[in-house]
Amino acid sequence: MLLQRFLIRLLTMAITLFGVAVVVFVVIRVAPGDPIAMMLPPGATDADIARLRALYGLDKTIVQQFFIWLAGVVRGDFGTSISLRQDVLGLVVNRLPATLELAIVALLMALAIGGTTAILGARERGTAVEAGIDIASGAALSIPDFLWGLVLILLFGVLVPVFDISGRVSPQLNLPFVTQFYLFESIVRLRFDLTKDLLAHMLMPAVALALPLAAIISQLLKQSLKEVLDLDYVVLARVKGFSETQVILREALKNAALPTLTLVGVQFTFLIGGTVIVERLFSYEGLGNMAIDAVINRDLPLIQGIVLVFALLFVLINLSVDMMYALLNPRLRHG
Amino acid sequence: MNALAKSCLDIRDLSAVLPNGLRVLRSVSLSVQPGEVRALVGESGAGKTMIGKAVLGVLPPSVRIVEGDMLLEGEDLGKLQPKARRTLIGARTALIPQDPLTALNPSRRIGPQMTDRLVRILGWSGEKADTRIRQLLDEVQIRDPERVLKCYPHELSGGMRQRVLIAAAFAAEPRLIVADEPTTALDVTVQKQILRLIAQLQREHGTAILFVTHDLGVVAKISQKVSVLYAGKVVEEAETAALFAAPQHPYTRALMAATPRYTDPLASLKPVDEAVLAGLAAEIAAADQAWRHPHG
Ligand SMILES: Nc1ncnc2c1ncn2[C@@H]1O[C@H](COP(=O)(O)OP(=O)(O)O)[C@@H](O)[C@H]1O
Ligand SMILES: [Mg+2]
Repeated sequence: MLLQRFLIRLLTMAITLFGVAVVVFVVIRVAPGDPIAMMLPPGATDADIARLRALYGLDKTIVQQFFIWLAGVVRGDFGTSISLRQDVLGLVVNRLPATLELAIVALLMALAIGGTTAILGARERGTAVEAGIDIASGAALSIPDFLWGLVLILLFGVLVPVFDISGRVSPQLNLPFVTQFYLFESIVRLRFDLTKDLLAHMLMPAVALALPLAAIISQLLKQSLKEVLDLDYVVLARVKGFSETQVILREALKNAALPTLTLVGVQFTFLIGGTVIVERLFSYEGLGNMAIDAVINRDLPLIQGIVLVFALLFVLINLSVDMMYALLNPRLRHG
Repeated sequence: MNALAKSCLDIRDLSAVLPNGLRVLRSVSLSVQPGEVRALVGESGAGKTMIGKAVLGVLPPSVRIVEGDMLLEGEDLGKLQPKARRTLIGARTALIPQDPLTALNPSRRIGPQMTDRLVRILGWSGEKADTRIRQLLDEVQIRDPERVLKCYPHELSGGMRQRVLIAAAFAAEPRLIVADEPTTALDVTVQKQILRLIAQLQREHGTAILFVTHDLGVVAKISQKVSVLYAGKVVEEAETAALFAAPQHPYTRALMAATPRYTDPLASLKPVDEAVLAGLAAEIAAADQAWRHPHG
């Protein structure tokens, strides 16, 4: 039964990814702009262009191109980047960790800020504290992540330049890392000097990405908490002598978190989407930044590779949210 | 020591209002002596649950106490700091709630929900709490405590859940239990069993109970004293036997007339006579008038 559900799930994921691949493949070929023309210096002959087109397989029909590409993907070959002339898979795998680290740090920030303010607001419901939290989360939510990025650059990059607002790590540093997960590896290696430098670079893009999500988490979780706090079992816990904070943490939080969790899953995929522009703003060397270059250069194989990786990430996130939901909800676990 | 200091619970002139100024409790006075069952009877909406919640310190935020004192074993609850009040209530009282289906946390196992007060509020060892809970589960005739303790609430029937809640209420030997219509939400066949169980544990443990019900049949079965509540006002109070022998207030008489076989706990109330209601309305209006203009 469980296995069957899991297999259906896997099949759905495969179909989703295939659909994404088809759509992207077609759209970037139908959209205006010719990667070959952009590669060649002015004055290149038609023969030069034709030769290069053939080299990258762009002289075939879209259907032919797609199946050639798909056959490669199945073998683990995502083709060669037109603008960077390197293996697409290698490029993507190299950049993905930077984006994952940024997204995860932003997610943790959003959970911490959103969770704390939700719990505080629920505990102080009906007071000025709750009103203040509502105003703050309303403001955070009404400004999208890239605008927060600009605001932060103006504030802390231009007005009061206290943070490095460019790049992933100070260039003069000697990096001992063997993986591309610089932040995680610096922690594992106990090189906290590097952790600090990495976090300082990551702070502002992560805050820009985190704020809108933190606001969503705060509002939704506070609302669910307030609903749960009127329920009979919570009243019973108060009669037992537990304080309001204990009641929230022990009785209410887990049940109230379920609806929030589902939403966080969806919103986390939006957050990852947001890395594309925010990485660009902060010259953070991640996948999103590379995606923009790839689009500007009409680097078809690279765009395909990046989009497919993003899509894979999204379906994996949705899968893990579903699994966590089942884990947290005893009714589903036994049902 | 005077008689009042020895009361298990003493409520004096308790008034509470809603945000719109409406009084939901109108100078309620009642007391529960140690080991006795005081029934609080009245129609739905009379304010019975409000009184229970006021005693236990869990009134909804919209309801404000504007007057009166509540003494738990002589301690004035209104004079205590919130934390001290909470701990005192947690140590000396318990609640048997109305609806066992919503009174247990759906995402926690039964075991920890039963022991958490013993361990975390009263400071018992986990072992002692476990032993105690098993003993109480035996007393409420749960045959397979091991399984029940590991269950999530949705795996148990309503009757089983109410047994669990009754066991948890008696486990810490509280001085006072507030039982808020503990059988109303149950299947008719289970109601009698649960009522008998509460009566039996009450006798064996000598616990005082403020027993909220809308059912005169239940009042007759379980209580020694009774207060009749109408629109947040105690209209009559008496020893249970005396009340049934010679009800004084017209509303009490009307309630009895409307319950033809008041010894049957399953009989429900019929509408009260119009003339009696008109009289009550006048009585309550006069009380409110006196309350708003004490010198006028
Ligand atoms: N959370 C609340 N906020 C405001 N008014 C309430 C609330 N709960 C109940 N009331 C009102 O208080 C009165 C007494 O309710 P309650 O104590 O639940 O009655 P009973 O338990 O006797 O049926 C009713 O008129 C009801 O409408
Ligand atoms: Mg009630």
